[in-house]
Amino acid sequence: MSAPKFTTLTARCVVLSNTDVDTDQIIPARFLKVTDKLGLGEKLFCDWRYLDDGSPNPAFILNQPEAKGTKILVAGNNFGCGSSREHAPWALVGWGFQAVISPMFADIFKGNSLKNGLIPVVIQPAAHAALLAARAKNHDLPVTVDLRASTVAWPGQAPINFPIDPFSRTCLLDGVDELGYLQKFAGQAQAYEARHA
Amino acid sequence: MSQNPKTLFQKIWDNHVVAEEPGAPAVLYIDLHLVHEVTSPQAFAVLKERGLKVLRPDRTVATMDHSIPTKGGYEAADEMGRIQLRLLEANALAHGVRIYGLNSVQRGIVHVIGPEQGFTQPGMTIVCGDSHTSTHGAFGSLGFGIGTSEVGHVLATQCLLQRKARTCEVRVDGALRPGVTAKDIILAVLAKIGVGGGTGHVFEYTGSAIRALDMEGRMTVCNMSIEGGARAGMVAPDDKTFNFVAGREFAPKGAAWDQAVARWRQLPTDQGATYDKTVTLDAHSLEPMVTFGTNPGQGVAITQPLPLPSSLADAAERAGLEKSLAYMKFEAGKPILGQPVDVVFLGSCTNSRLVDLRAAAHLLRGRKVASSVKMMVVPGSQSVKQAAEAEGLDRIFKEAGADWREAGCSMCIAMNGDQLSPGQLAVSTSNRNFEGRQGKGGRTVLASPLTAVATAVAGCIADPRVLLNGGQS
Ligand code: SF4
Repeated sequence: MSAPKFTTLTARCVVLSNTDVDTDQIIPARFLKVTDKLGLGEKLFCDWRYLDDGSPNPAFILNQPEAKGTKILVAGNNFGCGSSREHAPWALVGWGFQAVISPMFADIFKGNSLKNGLIPVVIQPAAHAALLAARAKNHDLPVTVDLRASTVAWPGQAPINFPIDPFSRTCLLDGVDELGYLQKFAGQAQAYEARHA
Repeated sequence: MSQNPKTLFQKIWDNHVVAEEPGAPAVLYIDLHLVHEVTSPQAFAVLKERGLKVLRPDRTVATMDHSIPTKGGYEAADEMGRIQLRLLEANALAHGVRIYGLNSVQRGIVHVIGPEQGFTQPGMTIVCGDSHTSTHGAFGSLGFGIGTSEVGHVLATQCLLQRKARTCEVRVDGALRPGVTAKDIILAVLAKIGVGGGTGHVFEYTGSAIRALDMEGRMTVCNMSIEGGARAGMVAPDDKTFNFVAGREFAPKGAAWDQAVARWRQLPTDQGATYDKTVTLDAHSLEPMVTFGTNPGQGVAITQPLPLPSSLADAAERAGLEKSLAYMKFEAGKPILGQPVDVVFLGSCTNSRLVDLRAAAHLLRGRKVASSVKMMVVPGSQSVKQAAEAEGLDRIFKEAGADWREAGCSMCIAMNGDQLSPGQLAVSTSNRNFEGRQGKGGRTVLASPLTAVATAVAGCIADPRVLLNGGQS
């Protein structure tokens, strides 16, 4: 298994501005019986995305032509709250997203996303509003997420710095495997156990 | 005042840092790793891929709770559920991990059996691929939920990469009035701070109202810390904590017990230690709380009218409230009391322990569940079930017309076939009222076990204080 990598991405974005989107909406619990990570992209936002008869809900943003081929989700405040299910980023990545932009992410979701090459881009509410305004004028607005510089930008907007855990950033830029990194501390962990036995 | 006063969180943190490289998160030692069928398969797969074994099977405990049927045994599970349950058994066997499997008389919800069997102890770091691991903080431990990648990390190394959280004191002073419970405290905290209010923080609950709670009540409060965005919630251990742990199967015994208690007594936050922020709540002014929306922060006192979207200045918040009320089919400005209910669910890791069932049965005794309501009682563990049956609580529930089930998460997450039908309204003692949480299209009102019983009897959302005062509701 190779560690996910990310350097820079320029892509169109799609907007889901609801606040407090929980991971039960991102991927409902009934799809958590999988024992692998496959096929979750099709179930992403399932209960908003499909009608009761299973056909796509034309009113939902991901079913609209403008969503095709987008790789960036512009989300509302406190995205990914609730359950710790890593199935949520698996489903977002399965759909094709590589970054989510929001004023705030829930902690566990943020950590889970970084481990799967999905960049949680935190921007201030004012910048978020500016992005929404720019996107409203131009549905094909290209947004650039540059991980090395930790910036996000779009035409007419100078690069905005976003906070990201420096270790996670290094892991993503260099393809560092976190489990491999942790294994290097085996000796220290043993010494810890001996001290605390 | 000690030289370098520390909070409970800080003490546990400092005591578990194995290593810390510049620029990298701390390597934190994990004392106890709880595992369940839903968030572990892909983690065990990583171990297999890399030829790794579980490093400390003796610090790892597995149980089946999410996908397990609460009636009809194993065969009642659907095919994917059966595969998932079998896989956990196989993984536990392959790695020598203790498992509370389907036929175990101690099987139960992971956050119920940890404390019940004495695995959960003060001062520990405890993780599980489950956000309600915050429950274990009631014992003065640091318990938090992790993702499946991290489950793999802990299985393989017994360590986790972690950045230190900030601390938030949640101070609840004053005496609760009759009919108001631990569940109402936490629902009121969430209504005050919102579902994102604790993000980046660990809560420490302090104050006379928290000290007065029994361990079960403290677990109920800590359980829902995650609903405020905090990954962990903690309560300083005291004699109640030690008495709860004493004598349990995996608790220290003899001289080791005395040493442990001496260590645990050092854990409470030192005088003069500071938190990054503080939230306060007056317990005496609280009424029974219910949620009215689609996140646990959307709560009101049961006697209050539902909020008006026009009262919110922020456009996104206003839109969120409108969307929630529309989903719930509730009208702004109207009372929530009297809303007809289809289902009452008593269970989940928030409120399914013996004291919860006892309180509910006490209120239900001699009364009937309204004919329009389906009430389901799901004990948190098979041990709770047996203890409840030994006291005759099951008879009270059954005679009232409620359905008495085997242990599991059940309708809290609706993965095992126990679920709402589209449009049905439930009052639940669980922790999440997200859209579709209890079944696609289902609507959930979160409340205490007492409010749940009063509602079941009345057939509509009802104030438990009426029944407590001897009224017929
Ligand atoms: S009872 Fe509900 S919240 Fe608790 S562990 Fe089970 S599914 Fe999660």
